[in-house]
Amino acid sequence: MPILTSPRRRLRSAQDWPGNRLLVREPLRLDCGIDLGPFTIAYQTYGKLNADRSNAILICHALTGDQYVADPHPITGKPGWWETLVGPGGVLDTERYFLICANVLGGCMGSTGPQEINPATGEPWALSFPVITIRDMARAQKRLLDHLEIDSLFCVIGGSMGAMQVLQWAASYPDSVFAAVPIAGAARHSAQNIAFHEVGRQAIMADPDWCGGHYLSLGRKPVRGLAVARMAAHITYLSEVALHRKFGRNLQDRLAVTYGFDADFQVESYLRHQGSTFVDRFDANSYLYITRAMDYFDLAAEHDGSLASAFKGTRSRFCIISFTSDWLFPTSESRQIVHALNAAAANVSFVEIASDNGHDAFLLHEPELFETLRGFLNGCAEHRGLGRSQ
Amino acid sequence: MAASSQTAALSLAATAPATISTAAEELRQDLRLIAEMIEPESRVLDIGCGDGALLAYLARHKNVDGRGIEISQSGVNACVGHGLSVIQGDADRDLDAYPAKAFDVVVLSQTLQATRQPRKVLEALVRIGRRAIVSFPNFGFWRIRLGLLLTGRIPLTHCLAYPWYETPNIHLCTIRDFVALCDEIGVRIERSVTLDRLGQPYSLDPRGSLANLLAEQGVFVLRGSSRGASDTALRSQC
Repeated sequence: MPILTSPRRRLRSAQDWPGNRLLVREPLRLDCGIDLGPFTIAYQTYGKLNADRSNAILICHALTGDQYVADPHPITGKPGWWETLVGPGGVLDTERYFLICANVLGGCMGSTGPQEINPATGEPWALSFPVITIRDMARAQKRLLDHLEIDSLFCVIGGSMGAMQVLQWAASYPDSVFAAVPIAGAARHSAQNIAFHEVGRQAIMADPDWCGGHYLSLGRKPVRGLAVARMAAHITYLSEVALHRKFGRNLQDRLAVTYGFDADFQVESYLRHQGSTFVDRFDANSYLYITRAMDYFDLAAEHDGSLASAFKGTRSRFCIISFTSDWLFPTSESRQIVHALNAAAANVSFVEIASDNGHDAFLLHEPELFETLRGFLNGCAEHRGLGRSQ
Repeated sequence: MAASSQTAALSLAATAPATISTAAEELRQDLRLIAEMIEPESRVLDIGCGDGALLAYLARHKNVDGRGIEISQSGVNACVGHGLSVIQGDADRDLDAYPAKAFDVVVLSQTLQATRQPRKVLEALVRIGRRAIVSFPNFGFWRIRLGLLLTGRIPLTHCLAYPWYETPNIHLCTIRDFVALCDEIGVRIERSVTLDRLGQPYSLDPRGSLANLLAEQGVFVLRGSSRGASDTALRSQC
């Protein structure tokens, strides 16, 4: 596994990355009670805002995603994570919609997070960064939209943790959300998912190079811990069927097992690769903070335990989407959201898409997902007065 | 609502503008009849909405705020792909979540006989809708009776076209059975229309033996009793 020798320089060149950065001077009151500010939001936009300012779509990224929805990643050079959806004539049609995606608060791609310098100390925030929540992320995004003078979003869309943000938006700012599309999400993080996150965090914190979180100040980086966290998490994004189809019990560049602990199996080699490439682009402390935000997410808890109350009186149009083989955010979680929305007499569509790609299906080319999204957005666009698609 | 189903159905065919009658002809006969029973601008839930034909028609021609529930994934995906608000679910499992009187009209067409608990479903329909419109195949239809009598085998008709070993229709009933259940659970029948083999609607007394013999399908407009309404009021306060 490669060890990075100059992690600080590599991750601290964010100023040079492409895209927009907004400095928000007015402090943000976080759920933990701390006022954070000034803070930075790094974001990308695609397409043009129309004269009515009514065609904006906020895209919310997942745990290890970023604002580079349809741009090459500035560190890895890989295509944007939803590039297949975005573009002229695409499902997220840049000739029709104005797309916005911001790096979440606590992230490590330019928005304020634990790797940024705390102006009070001149050192990286590390663990002195306040614990943030999904609601805090949505609050920060709201500041960005206020800055862009967009009062009402045509749509808020996202998968996984992005779906959590979508639901938070629908609950916190119902009048600003015309349509909401939470994909492969849940209204609360399950005990099993919290457990998986805890494994990842413990792996990071058990790495001697983590140094109580102060690795950046010390010129070190807990790459082994972060890689193990990624490996464990990556398994949860796939399905047994997909893993078996892809790797089976095939051996890696060898004809027989070696009676040792090298990566004999292709699946081991694949996971090690996933782990080692992840550490190039992600900050370990950010991983701790963002997984924590997901763990804390429980939309019903904000409304006396009633999820339906979170959506009471909503006029947004919802499209809930899940995947058959997703065991991290299974269909049952989406169905709970649907039932709560029904109880709130909301306008809701719900589609479970047959796929054996597991949780990751929302990032892949799933024709049925694309067709569903296209149809739903077209229907909403007509109601919004954005006209028919070509 | 039109005074009688006959005039309603006939006026559609005879006087409606060409575009509407063309679109209406795409609808199944019982759906066409149901569409005529629904007021413009109303909130409608179509349970077992299939490919969304009724919802699409109502949205287009009656400016209805429509929602659907459909059990088959392909049906749901087709509906949502066409911009309809439809969820995947079924009548047995997914009606409890809806609040009382959430819709002006709840439609259950050709689905009651395929539910596991038709009685509970029926109660749910009149709870969540101010009105419910239910259509189902009449197992008392003379061809079914005669078929069973003469051949000794489960009869197949165009409404009930599945052989016994793969039919989804697990709770078939006659019009008389249905009326008796409505009486038992305090559901009021506001209106009933029977369809003959050619889909021709007749207003026969659903309590009479003629309707039970001649109708291949029944379409009923139902309303909850006042007793049921107070129950739901209590429930919604909990």
